Amino acid sequence: MAHAERKHPQVKVYLTVWLWLFVLSFSAYFVDLMNLPFVLKAILLVVIALMKAGLIAAYFMHLRFEKLNLVYTIVLPLILLLALAAGVMPDGLSALMSRW
Amino acid sequence: MQSETKVAPLEEVLKSDWGGGKSPFGVSWGKLMMWLFILSDAFIFGGFLVGYGTLRISSEKWPETGKVFALNLFGYEVPLLLIAFMTFILVSSSGWMALAVNAAYNRDKKRTVTFLLLTCLFGLIFLGCQAYEWGKLIHEGLRPWFAPDHPPFDGVRNFGACFFMLTGFHGLHVLTGVIYLLIIALRVASGVYERRGSYEAVEIAGLYWHFVDLVWVFIFTFFYLF
Repeated sequence: MAHAERKHPQVKVYLTVWLWLFVLSFSAYFVDLMNLPFVLKAILLVVIALMKAGLIAAYFMHLRFEKLNLVYTIVLPLILLLALAAGVMPDGLSALMSRW
Repeated sequence: MQSETKVAPLEEVLKSDWGGGKSPFGVSWGKLMMWLFILSDAFIFGGFLVGYGTLRISSEKWPETGKVFALNLFGYEVPLLLIAFMTFILVSSSGWMALAVNAAYNRDKKRTVTFLLLTCLFGLIFLGCQAYEWGKLIHEGLRPWFAPDHPPFDGVRNFGACFFMLTGFHGLHVLTGVIYLLIIALRVASGVYERRGSYEAVEIAGLYWHFVDLVWVFIFTFFYLF
């Protein structure tokens, strides 16, 4: 079994990631409470969400310790979601404009 | 004269990132299938979130989630308190799951079962909070097809549709995950994986659970905080 020989993270790594997830969750909550201008708030929230998602996928889901071709197989198709958003969301915007 | 052709040893080719062979991804079939399931599930949730975004952009007004999901604590209205607590619970359950997978690597049967049951317990607490939240909003008159004409809902019907769809589908995943993990815990306890000599089933179940946590990160961010 080739995969059994792959490196597995130690408990310390899990605990560190866990701690960071708490820190990031609470900073997202406080960003929401702080009444920042919308664009700044949106950027901060998206960055924090992506950081959390990256930590979970890389360490908790071990993606960092898998072969690169598996990583690309999982991560690259998700870019299509941006295409979906870009294709559909302008429609919502024009619906809003047409009502004004 | 013949030139010398250099051929890399087979093991080196197979170990490289793009090496093929019997197992191109270097993982067992079970793990690969779980990853492919997770990828397709990510598209389902992605579709929901994009749909929600489109509806939200097209709406002239949208209920203030801070007020809708406020919790009264000692006479103060604390915005999003229940949601923050639910996030805390789900992140914690993910941590327990990571420890369960770690115990499974070390073939520690007792600790694996304990951490798996803790993960389930936190999942159930999460579901309890969600049931409370649903009950509260349904009591206030919100439906998937209707919203009361007064604050904080202001008659924005799409809000109810998005809320029940997103959180309901996610909650269903948590419920499925709890049942899945209970079955795995039972099988660990009865020594199925010990006899098989591989605890990989625990790791695969962990992939699913962490994914459910990962989806919550985006629902929390885009539905509750935006």
